[in-house]
Amino acid sequence: MSTHIARGRIPVTAVETHYPTGADVPYLVEARHVKKYFPIQKGLLNRVVGHVRAVDDVSFGIRPGETFGLVGESGCGKSTLARVILRLQGASGGEVFYEGRDVLKMSGSEVRRLRREMQIIFQDPFGSLNPRFLVRDIIAEPLRVHERMSAKERDERVVELMRLVGLDASRRNRYPHEFSGGQRQRVGIARAIALSPKFVVADEAVSALDVSVQSQVLNLLMKLQRDLGLTYLFIAHGLNVVRHISNRVGVMYLGKMVEVAETDELFRQPLHPYTAALLSAIPRPELNRKRERIVLAGDVPSPANPPSGCRFHTRCPFAQARCREEEPGLREMGSGRVVACHTPLQ
Amino acid sequence: MARTLLEIKDLSTGFITEGGIVKAVDGVSLTVETGQTVCVVGESGSGKSVTSLTVMRLSEYDGGQILGGEVWFQGENLLTKSQKEMRRIRGKRISMIFQEPMNALNPVFTVGDQIAEVVRMHERVTRDAAWARAVEMLRLVGIPEPVLRARQYPHELSGGMCQRVVIAMALVCHPELVIADEPTTALDVTVQAQILDLLRDLQQKFGTAIMLITHDMGVAAEMADRIAVMYAGIIVEEGTVEQIFERPHHPYTIGLLKSIPGFEGERGTELYTIRGNIPNLARLPSGCRFHPRCPFATDRCRQESPPLRKLDEGRKVACWYAEDVAAGRVTGAVTGMDVESTEAVPAELSPGDGQTAVRGAAK
Ligand SMILES: Nc1ncnc2c1ncn2[C@@H]1O[C@H](COP(=O)(O)OP(=O)(O)OP(=O)(O)O)[C@@H](O)[C@H]1O
Ligand SMILES: Nc1ncnc2c1ncn2[C@@H]1O[C@H](COP(=O)(O)OP(=O)(O)OP(=O)(O)O)[C@@H](O)[C@H]1O
Ligand code: SF4
Ligand SMILES: [Mg+2]
Ligand SMILES: [Mg+2]
Repeated sequence: MSTHIARGRIPVTAVETHYPTGADVPYLVEARHVKKYFPIQKGLLNRVVGHVRAVDDVSFGIRPGETFGLVGESGCGKSTLARVILRLQGASGGEVFYEGRDVLKMSGSEVRRLRREMQIIFQDPFGSLNPRFLVRDIIAEPLRVHERMSAKERDERVVELMRLVGLDASRRNRYPHEFSGGQRQRVGIARAIALSPKFVVADEAVSALDVSVQSQVLNLLMKLQRDLGLTYLFIAHGLNVVRHISNRVGVMYLGKMVEVAETDELFRQPLHPYTAALLSAIPRPELNRKRERIVLAGDVPSPANPPSGCRFHTRCPFAQARCREEEPGLREMGSGRVVACHTPLQ
Repeated sequence: MARTLLEIKDLSTGFITEGGIVKAVDGVSLTVETGQTVCVVGESGSGKSVTSLTVMRLSEYDGGQILGGEVWFQGENLLTKSQKEMRRIRGKRISMIFQEPMNALNPVFTVGDQIAEVVRMHERVTRDAAWARAVEMLRLVGIPEPVLRARQYPHELSGGMCQRVVIAMALVCHPELVIADEPTTALDVTVQAQILDLLRDLQQKFGTAIMLITHDMGVAAEMADRIAVMYAGIIVEEGTVEQIFERPHHPYTIGLLKSIPGFEGERGTELYTIRGNIPNLARLPSGCRFHPRCPFATDRCRQESPPLRKLDEGRKVACWYAEDVAAGRVTGAVTGMDVESTEAVPAELSPGDGQTAVRGAAK
């Protein structure tokens, strides 16, 4: 873990901005000024009339062996950011470094190698598995694509993987619909770790599961991380789940990263008004109903037409004139915390 | 003065499947008093929605067959009513709010028209008066510029606003009871907070009783006066919100609460898990239907189904050993337990002690 990772060319712009690079910390994965815009087309000629700014200048890093939790409301750009990081989707701007190499500039063969090291587990244990494939084939698919293995070797690996994720390997010749939701999610996990990746994105991997099953899958993810030394980007809307599993947490709002902090710090004292509102809005399963709550007015604005200045200003209880005009950059608040707000909470 | 508004008695609803008839709701009894909020919680497929749809007599449209029971609402058994009579009750005296606001609204009518239509269906009023009521209701549910918004179509509004419109439709005739089935599940948390606040405010204002269906124990803790916990088609525990959260008595309720990662306490620890999976309703276990997953199961549990019985403080539990489980007198009570489940019994399993890592409970 102490190996120093060579950074690629450090672009001049990155040095000039006040984005804190945390130079002493070697990130396994690092996003710098990542942008992803989707064109909005209209009319017969599919004229581009605007852009959805799904991810708009996001910078953050993930340390080797840690779980980085990513939270934020629907449509704020979490999945898009993850897909760009994995190069499942191109970027409109910025760089993504994996072990110091710029993922977005990699050649085809380099990307192929990258695919072995980075994997993703999706939300929907029902939709993300091909119903016509046997569970055996679903788990073995990455092996078939990336590894030269005999059928027998592959089968042995499938058995090993199923044991690892707590599935009965004698059921490998069955179809996904014969498995429960939690078991299907284990199939998705077995498939994701088949090539022994270093970095795994879990995009709402437990969100569709009932709590009693969710805790089983969370335990599995934590165990695999310990045993295999995995690094996770863990995307979820359940803040209690994110808190439990993450070392650090990033909060996104409307395409922007608005706060990054160590988990305990973030939950003890959120610095961004949006983080504070998000934390206070979660109904907690306990008898403490007189909790102070910051109720935000209105809905999340459209990322196609984000508000000027700070994107949160239309809902922020603390907004001032400056917030409407000037966009706050991410700034360091000590102990590796960053926040994008002109007047962070104290 | 609270009095009984809705009384569900021994209700059963089934569906015909390839494997025979499946009882999605199997002898459910539940009471809602005037002005009260009763939350029905439980995991996916436990029968929460089918229970509420049967009360509204809507499950019949979905292939559901009412196999038995009574639903008393203000002195009338709804199960003996015709659908024509039910149409006069639905929307007027009992309203329903569903999870997906977009599905509840008709895309080709303005939201104002849709609310006004509910008024005109149940009350003799002029078109203009109904429209005025719609606009007023939109204002009450917190929609800015209601005059303008009333003339818009659902697709012109955000998800949160659509759910407000649905709530406006549900409340415009001042029903005595609102059944809300996961009304905030499709919404973002900051919007959920707004909608829950709104429901509470309107309840205060109109004295409406709410039967709130949710799988989120946090929502239940915040909203409920009473909570009914469902598991595989039956109610396994029912009590006041305090009774359920302070001292859950059913092993399933205890396990459910312990499985949820907390907002305080140690992070990264092994979470408590309920072993196994939710059973298939077509192949229910014998005896207590929770027994294959229960750390306290005995031979008796495997053979005899425990009735929902009333304990001293008024709570109801369907477990043979509820008192002993709650008091932590497990080892004394659980005799004849096989070796495997003895190992699975978490030593520190006592209600209310947050989420501690539990050895051996996970399988
Ligand atoms: N392929 C696409 N074409 C056009 N717009 C897209 C596309 N993918 C995503 N978007 C838009 O980009 C924004 C961000 O979407 P994204 O899926 O990343 O959000 P998210 O944070 O993952 O949300 P959720 O919590 O709902 O999964 C949304 O406004 C979405 O509609
Ligand atoms: N129309 C139907 N035909 C056949 N079976 C059905 C039908 N509707 C519901 N069921 C079955 O009845 C059971 C209870 O379903 P119900 O929708 O009440 O669950 P729920 O508790 O509301 O779950 P969720 O939290 O997922 O909404 C399930 O096993 C379901 O598969
Ligand atoms: S910059 Fe202003 S609007 Fe933005 S979060 Fe901070 S206080 Fe609120
Ligand atoms: Mg997403
Ligand atoms: Mg339901």
